[in-house]
Amino acid sequence: MAWFKRAKKNIMDDTPRKDLPEGLWEKCPECEEIIHKRQLEANCWTCIKCSHHFRIGSEEYISVLLDKDSFREMDKKMRSADPLDFTDSKPYPARIKDSIKKSGLFDAVRTGTGKINGHPVALACMDFKFIGGSMGSVVGEKISRLVDKGIKDKIPVIIISQSGGARMMEGVLSLMQMAKTSTRLAKLSSLNIPYISIMTDPTTGGITASYAMLGDINLAEPGALIGFAGPRVIKQTIGRDLPPGFQTAEFILEHGFLDKVVHRKELRDTLSKLLDFMS
Amino acid sequence: MAKTLLEFEKPIVELEEKLVEMRNLSSTLNIDEEIRVIEEKVKMLKETVYKDLTRWQRVQLARHPERPYTLDYIYLMTHDFIELHGDRKYKDDKAIVGGFAKIDEFNVMIIGHQKGRDTKSNVYRNFGMPNPEGYRKALRLMKLAEKFNIPIITFLDTPGAYPGIEAEERGQAEAIARNLLEMSLLKVPIIVVVIGEGASGGALGIGMGDRVLMLENTWYSVISPESCSSILWRSWDYKEQAAEALKLTSEDLLKLKVVDRVVAEPLGGAHKNHEEMALTLKSVLKEELSQLLKIKPEKLLENRIEKFGAMGEFNE
Ligand SMILES: [Zn+2]
Repeated sequence: MAWFKRAKKNIMDDTPRKDLPEGLWEKCPECEEIIHKRQLEANCWTCIKCSHHFRIGSEEYISVLLDKDSFREMDKKMRSADPLDFTDSKPYPARIKDSIKKSGLFDAVRTGTGKINGHPVALACMDFKFIGGSMGSVVGEKISRLVDKGIKDKIPVIIISQSGGARMMEGVLSLMQMAKTSTRLAKLSSLNIPYISIMTDPTTGGITASYAMLGDINLAEPGALIGFAGPRVIKQTIGRDLPPGFQTAEFILEHGFLDKVVHRKELRDTLSKLLDFMS
Repeated sequence: MAKTLLEFEKPIVELEEKLVEMRNLSSTLNIDEEIRVIEEKVKMLKETVYKDLTRWQRVQLARHPERPYTLDYIYLMTHDFIELHGDRKYKDDKAIVGGFAKIDEFNVMIIGHQKGRDTKSNVYRNFGMPNPEGYRKALRLMKLAEKFNIPIITFLDTPGAYPGIEAEERGQAEAIARNLLEMSLLKVPIIVVVIGEGASGGALGIGMGDRVLMLENTWYSVISPESCSSILWRSWDYKEQAAEALKLTSEDLLKLKVVDRVVAEPLGGAHKNHEEMALTLKSVLKEELSQLLKIKPEKLLENRIEKFGAMGEFNE
């Protein structure tokens, strides 16, 4: 499964988001509005003028969604092994080491428990900046354990996806994480414990084809790229241009695979209301 | 159809053809000794070539256009096959076939990817690349099997789920995800066999089971060597290296504990002898079925979740 790049700049660069310009100001890649960082943060990292959703990581989502200081992280330091002894332009362990250093994260998902307006939840949040948010054994195991925690404590599970798909460097084991996480969600579902999936930009490949699409409720952020195959692959296969808006959250909503597209500023409230009904 | 020869098959076939010529001449000429020498040479050549196949060569064998496909196995292995069509939602996907069949005394539901043999049938079968309705048909048939307490056998052989506009519109990802979730809960035994190409989510979409088997010369991975090469090496030219790096052969997957058993192929590959291959697979499937049918449904589900839960390697 590939990691997909959209032609539009600043949206899907797999290098870490540059804090530009140096200092306190950020430029909206969509409308070029210059926004003060504090203002951006107060607006949940969305543009004050055009509503563009800046890509944020697990740290920011935790602060946007969870009650203050309620997050208790699980399996924080779980790290990738190198089961295939994989080398492309550099050995996989070196890539992991570099990514850890560059991102300050140990892998592409963080998991733990917390509260949303007092509702206890088990939350997973992916980070695109860690090797494109790709899912290998660590992501699969951490998600599985999180779902198990939801089962054990009978609390709703929420997963925020942000990923180009399965991680190539762990080969078939990455593929099997799709099966692994789905078996756990099946168990959760059979016990009538709620699962809410939130898709952010981008959610593609093996993530979409496993836990991201399996929510009792499927939500997405506006404009997020969501799909199975990446746009480049589809374009190559069919040999013509893709229709405008193809594979955006709004497109997926229109075709019936999302319950709702939610502005990031309303995400917390929406979750809280849903949890009122479901838990 | 015209015979397809892989590069490493050529020297063997050339010698074999020569052997045939010489045998035709042997009644008039006294060349028995030469014939014996060549026979010996063919035997040795086969043994060395097939013992040391590279991972890329295995991929080529897995894609050999003369390999048996799902329907070939069904015709060679089963009787009373009744093909069942359609997902009851949109249409009948020709890239996945399925239906009731009997393997000797066992009633089974067989479902598999189906490739075509020539251009026309490949277009009809979409080269074995399913659309969402293929996965939904498969799920419908699996639920039907569960309803009547019939074990399920799935055959994996696809270059991938189809990457098209309509496939995305109809929820390719959701269809595969739904199958993974539902297959975890099916109360009948599921045996999965990789009979050719196991390309990524498109293969896994019907690939969750209690026993996962691979034929000797098949591959199963998260991505094809070509696509992996184009992404990680930024060129299509590193497919051999990518195949090596991905560890995608039956032997590799047995070591990684992703498959439970490797089924031996006739020397030279399944395409050399369809009947022999089908016979071997049939006896393996009967053995597996009789073991799985002894397990209670609750235990079966528990084992299945545990089996996939154990996959992966990490450090804590
Ligand atoms: Zn803007």
